[in-house]
Amino acid sequence: MSQTTVVHGEKISLLRVLGPAHIWALGVGIVLVGEYMGWNFAVGKGGAIAALIACWFAGLLYTCVAMIDSEVTSTVAAAGGQYAQAKHIVGPVMAFNVGLYLVFAYTMLEAANAITLGYLVQTVGSMAGFENVHDKPFIVLTIMFLAWLNYRGVYATLTFNLVLTAIAFVAIIILFAWVRPWSTEMLKHSDLLNGLPYGFIGVIASLHFGLWYYLGIEGTCQAAEEVRSPARSLPLGTMSGIITLLLAATMTWYVCTGLMPWEYLGQAITPLFDAARLTDSKLLMILLFVGTMFSTMASANGCINDASRAWFSMGRDRYLPTWFGAVHPKNRTPFRSIVFLVPVALIFAYFAPLDQVITFSILSGLLGYTYMSFNVIMFRKKWPLDRIKRGYIHPFHPLPALVLLLLCSVTYFAVFLGYGTQLVAMMLFFAVASIWFHFHRYRFVRRGDQFSMQWPRPVGY
Amino acid sequence: MNNFQMLEYAAWGISVLLGLYMLIDLIKTNRAYSEDVLTSSKEGEIEEALVIDPDHQGGHR
Repeated sequence: MSQTTVVHGEKISLLRVLGPAHIWALGVGIVLVGEYMGWNFAVGKGGAIAALIACWFAGLLYTCVAMIDSEVTSTVAAAGGQYAQAKHIVGPVMAFNVGLYLVFAYTMLEAANAITLGYLVQTVGSMAGFENVHDKPFIVLTIMFLAWLNYRGVYATLTFNLVLTAIAFVAIIILFAWVRPWSTEMLKHSDLLNGLPYGFIGVIASLHFGLWYYLGIEGTCQAAEEVRSPARSLPLGTMSGIITLLLAATMTWYVCTGLMPWEYLGQAITPLFDAARLTDSKLLMILLFVGTMFSTMASANGCINDASRAWFSMGRDRYLPTWFGAVHPKNRTPFRSIVFLVPVALIFAYFAPLDQVITFSILSGLLGYTYMSFNVIMFRKKWPLDRIKRGYIHPFHPLPALVLLLLCSVTYFAVFLGYGTQLVAMMLFFAVASIWFHFHRYRFVRRGDQFSMQWPRPVGY
Repeated sequence: MNNFQMLEYAAWGISVLLGLYMLIDLIKTNRAYSEDVLTSSKEGEIEEALVIDPDHQGGHR
């Protein structure tokens, strides 16, 4: 193919323009929608107290994820995040699988967000008195607009996410302050909390949706190649992100369970918006509706960013066709990966039911977290603290890794209770994909080129 | 046709336009640059001096 445009250099790279605030916006932006909707299905599974236990349980799981991720990512500053970590620390088959987990988790979540946004616009149309209103045009518009934004440049994309996420987070704080949590004037926990209606099996079942409070915070490290100071910004953005989410999750649980009976809350579509409606304040209703829309859009936006980086990285290493490893010379984005994943998201958003799409996203995320637990143990063993300088060192090693592994095991059981068939189907898919990669695709990989980190030889090798 | 239906048609129209924009730009970019240049990015590389077309900063100035 001939080159017809003047080139001022020899190489194109992703653009290093992001700061810690963008990393915060990427991580929290993907997740905050889980506070606006989804987490409350944990209430339906086991009651309000079970949902609180799930909130703490998942909070502990994700704190381990954030700590582990911050340490490893501060040394593996590469797009692809956990995929690049797995490639350097575990091996190619694991890396291929992790890459697929990431792309699946984020693309499914993007589809779920687009479905939700379409539903919200459709609801507004119905409430306004219009007949025969459809959600599909707005589902498609959400995906196309955000894909276009991502295509045009990472700085504008994540600045947009920062604005949306900040507004959505502030809306939760305002609602929390409005209901006067220090008094029992509006919040009636003593009347509404009813212990554990389904006992401890209800607590286990609620863990599945407990993940929804935090699912996606690990996506911060996908921006590793576009952040100005990865060793500083990634741990800072990720850790401040998980703190934000722990606060948002606790406030959300407290407000919603104090305003609504668990029978209603457990099946509500937009629990925070419903909480605002119960305050009788029009201003709050508007604010929380805007927060719901913004959080959904921010989540889909961050998901496109992360899925495309993971796909791009795999293409660049020849784990997938190298065609996907291209960077746009002007926009400096992985443009082919972004465009390729658009129809994938559209198909799932258009044809698949929401709960199936969400479950596939959760399962892919869960597989990724399980990998992270033994990844960090191998990392510390092969490259002890005195061999590689880290931007952040997580405390109490190996306790967080072991806790993470234990929590993941319990959550698999929780998912199996509700979605056993999907769990088995997903495992089979990844097994077949691994076989394909090992016997067919791996011969195209340039084995020496894929290890880009200037690390010393690992201990024992 | 009510206002909401017009909104729906507008959503379809904008979606098609955005899709076409990305597709056309992708094809034009593929033709304008060699494959070696487009796929020249290396993992973890931070040398800004190697970057081409410095006037375009991905939405950032």
